[in-house]
Amino acid sequence: MVLPALLLFVLFGVIPLIGVLVLSFTQWDGLGAIHAAGLSNWKSVLSDSQLPHSILVTFEIMILSWAVQTPMSLLLGTFLAGRQRYRAFLAVLYFIPLLLSSTAIAITYKALLDPNFGLGAGLKIGFLTQDWLGRSDLAIGVLIFIVSWQFIPFHSLIYQGGVRAIPTTMYEAASIDGAGRIRQFFSITVPQLKYTIITSSTLMVVGSLTFFDLIFVLTAGGPGDATRVLALDMYKRGFMSNQMGPASVIAALIVLLGLALALILRRLGGSTTASQQEGA
Amino acid sequence: MAVATTSSGTTTRARRSGPVRAHKLLQLNWFGGLAGWIWLAIVLIPLYWIVVTSFKDQSAYFSQNPFALPSAPTTNNYKLVIESDFPRYFLNSVIVTVGTIIPAVAISFMAAYAIIRGAGSRFLAGVNGLFLMGLAIPLQATIIPVYLLIIRMHLYDSLLALILPSVAFAIPLSVLVLANFIRDVPKELFESMRVDGATEWGMMRKLALPLTRPALVTVSIYNGLGVWNGFILPLILTQSPDKRTLPLALWSFQGQYSVNVPAVLASVVLTTLPIVILYAVSRRQLLGGLTAGFSR
Repeated sequence: MVLPALLLFVLFGVIPLIGVLVLSFTQWDGLGAIHAAGLSNWKSVLSDSQLPHSILVTFEIMILSWAVQTPMSLLLGTFLAGRQRYRAFLAVLYFIPLLLSSTAIAITYKALLDPNFGLGAGLKIGFLTQDWLGRSDLAIGVLIFIVSWQFIPFHSLIYQGGVRAIPTTMYEAASIDGAGRIRQFFSITVPQLKYTIITSSTLMVVGSLTFFDLIFVLTAGGPGDATRVLALDMYKRGFMSNQMGPASVIAALIVLLGLALALILRRLGGSTTASQQEGA
Repeated sequence: MAVATTSSGTTTRARRSGPVRAHKLLQLNWFGGLAGWIWLAIVLIPLYWIVVTSFKDQSAYFSQNPFALPSAPTTNNYKLVIESDFPRYFLNSVIVTVGTIIPAVAISFMAAYAIIRGAGSRFLAGVNGLFLMGLAIPLQATIIPVYLLIIRMHLYDSLLALILPSVAFAIPLSVLVLANFIRDVPKELFESMRVDGATEWGMMRKLALPLTRPALVTVSIYNGLGVWNGFILPLILTQSPDKRTLPLALWSFQGQYSVNVPAVLASVVLTTLPIVILYAVSRRQLLGGLTAGFSR
């Protein structure tokens, strides 16, 4: 009974995974024949100044989006854990951005932030009419905002479940001891959510390696190379410059990075149940 | 007893009215409440803007306040979108999504059932380990070999080229979530059915399937959302306009009409509408199930 799933997963999951490594040692333009190329792709990619830049941008976006999303999701998750009806209703509304495709979201914000035709120009507010996507320092900030807009609701829901699982007796004991709400949040809620935080962080971090659609449609890696993350670098080398060999080197690096990050976070958690949930 | 609790003894009172007190504590969450309402505004303002603007014509878009309701509402933008072949792209998206979910959920369910029922088999444990590894790997990074495979299978530029990898990518998480649910089915039920002469296949269909129905729905919706909104597979594995799915069509429409913001936003509304409707109908399943898969 396990065979159909196994066969398909091997064909389109495991073989391509090995294929990434194999192709990284070949030369292929995407159409013609594939030739062995030894270590030349690895040498050229690893000595290319584009690579450190892409790695830097990838980590910058990963860390910043984690640092924005985690506190906000924790706060909203704790808020949503209350059983009031209006909060359930808010949760329903919060979830809408997650229904939109990254393409739709990118297109919307591109129009919204356009300095000539966008929101700022329409409202005649100078602050909003900046060239948001045309300046490299602003573009990354915009990207982090949009990622947060899209994914904070999802992580809030994970935290909501986590907070609801904390025994209420802990809060009672704390309030008898005179701990205020803020104290309770940091002394009970946050420590109790350790595994939830690790699960959610793993999803954020590994997920951020695959922010392709959003960046591709929003900035196409620009302005210049300001938002050219590894996934975009892979696409541009492979499907725009027709150099599948070097692109596969980047792909292999993404896979290794994803595995390494997942393993590190699992170590941090020290739990098998929490780490089983990672990755999707 | 009642007198005692009201007059004295904080400990007794706290214990007796535990849930009520906790409820009060959560209500006092000032900071969270503020954040909650601010976040609502952050979520809704762009959505409101999309919808209002999609009903304005281009001149109104430039002259009116962006948040004002359209002075002369028009559906021309929607007409333009529909005339730009969107019904076909919609159909493609439906075919790819349904064509992915049904086989993906069916084979994942069978695999999850086999893994749980065959606990102890080293082969099945290995298979399970393989699927779990798939969760930690960003599968989009394997797109180049997938592209090579699809070309060699002569499937390039077909809807099947989108379906096959999507099914494979959906397997790891689906198996994990479904296995968690099948594990909860009491062993005694399987035993008593076996005594009555049921085969494994029969037990799967008549026992495990009905008991895991909520999980099946959740997994279907979750995967369906991912496939419906998927962009990288159609971008790389198809070429002809008549094979486009909605996100790709959206992208090329935007490239074509980038100056006509209301029309672009109308296309955003139209491609999202089916999911919003689906969400309105089945949100309990989706919200409840999504978190169940992760915080178990």
